[in-house]
Amino acid sequence: MTTSTEPLRPAPSYTGAPGLAVRLDGVRVSFPTPDGRLVALDNLLLDVPAGSFSVVIGPNGSGKSTLLRVVAGLLTPEAGRVILGSGAGASPPRAGDGRVGLTFQQPRLVPWLTTLENVALPLSLAGAPSAEQHARAEAALEQVGLAEAAQLRPPNLSGGMAQRAGLARALIQDPPLLILDEPFSALDALTREAFDGELERLWLERPRTIILVTHAVGEAIRLADRIVVMTARPGTVAREVEVELPRPRPADLTGDPRVAEIGRVVRETLAQVHPPELAPWTDSP
Amino acid sequence: MRRLGASLLSLAAFLGAWKVLTVLTGTPDYILPAPEVVAERGWRAIQSGVLWRHTAVTLGEVVLGFTAGAVAAVVTGTALGKSVVIERVLSPYIVAAQAVPILALAPLLDIWFGGGLLARVLICALIVFFPIAIATMVGIRSTDPLLVELFRSLGATRGQITTRLEIPSALPVIFGGLRVGVTLAVIGAVVAEWAGASIGLGVLINIADQGLFDTPLMFVALTTLAIIGLAFYSLVVLVERRLIHTALR
Repeated sequence: MTTSTEPLRPAPSYTGAPGLAVRLDGVRVSFPTPDGRLVALDNLLLDVPAGSFSVVIGPNGSGKSTLLRVVAGLLTPEAGRVILGSGAGASPPRAGDGRVGLTFQQPRLVPWLTTLENVALPLSLAGAPSAEQHARAEAALEQVGLAEAAQLRPPNLSGGMAQRAGLARALIQDPPLLILDEPFSALDALTREAFDGELERLWLERPRTIILVTHAVGEAIRLADRIVVMTARPGTVAREVEVELPRPRPADLTGDPRVAEIGRVVRETLAQVHPPELAPWTDSP
Repeated sequence: MRRLGASLLSLAAFLGAWKVLTVLTGTPDYILPAPEVVAERGWRAIQSGVLWRHTAVTLGEVVLGFTAGAVAAVVTGTALGKSVVIERVLSPYIVAAQAVPILALAPLLDIWFGGGLLARVLICALIVFFPIAIATMVGIRSTDPLLVELFRSLGATRGQITTRLEIPSALPVIFGGLRVGVTLAVIGAVVAEWAGASIGLGVLINIADQGLFDTPLMFVALTTLAIIGLAFYSLVVLVERRLIHTALR
């Protein structure tokens, strides 16, 4: 699916760009419940090009978070394959191998560690020397604009600062694949807009594959190279929509006819896969 | 400063009430000695070295018994918290051992382990074990599952999850168990001494009571036990503050 109008500036091409290609092939995941097995994902086929910014959108319970957990190696699919990378380096995901940086809906900071120690946690668990941990954590905090909060502990951080710290932790190993599970959903609309802009800047400065999950169509269009629309449970891909808009993109995209068209297509698809009275997606969180 | 003042005031009020009670009722010293009689008897016991000889033994039992019991309890409690299977298998025995009165168990342990220091430390450790093990289990179980998933996503091993996440997050609850445990350690030491020992504050109580009819000396021993309990309890609280409260401030 492509939009009809020509972009003003070509969107960054992701062929040969740094980053990790992700391939899901016939993936099925189900969970035991008292009423039998709940199929979260079924026969899911998805190709994420290396270096692309993909946004996954879908109704609640469409298995978006399950999809991320499968890609991050936290869940092993009972059928199908997940492959990270291409060519000789291609292999299934393995938690902690440093290829994937992951952030969550809630920042999940360890409350008794300082911000710096929280950010350094991946290196510390991997047994890196403490001087290296320190230097790289400081650099990662610098990247997300949180350098001055290095010695604070999570209870003293605002929601936005905590999310930044979580992002710095995901970035510290400079992973070729970054996975963001509704990272800004707990933040207010203004903070969220600023975050979207910063995330795009970080990605333009240091290209890598990003997969982000959101409920907000506007945010999806603002950030994505391609929007992956999920069906309701059992989740699979309903449609992929290319977003060929120049970058960096402004916070307010309303008024652009291409944006309106993409928004219409995405909303239409969502409405088809899910009855409107239950539709949980919104433009403003 | 103000808190110290309040503490001293309450101590003075307690001693005053005690004194008034003895004067008003005219109770003889062998039933309820007045505070100054106890103090005078204590001073003599200190000077003659009797008090310290018995106190040193009891202190040793409390320290060794509490340490052994607490270490075993944290290790066992962690295993209980992490594995439902281990909990199912072990908990009936742990609960049963706790339900049998230590007073009845002590003579048995005394026979089994030769009636020496080892037997007394074991009795002390046994009574300390239960509250700390249960607190540790509950604390481990209450670890935030979202943080466990975070650690897994970072490739943490099971051991790392235990030592770097579950035990630190259980610390406030474990310290609750340690506070209870340390006061029980003093009881455990006295019970152990009653089951068979020739020295210690428990023995001193028996000597004062049955051998000498020296009630003031009994009060001296009881007061010393109370001071030991208070001191160790305060020590645990102090360590707890350093470990937890500063970390979260």
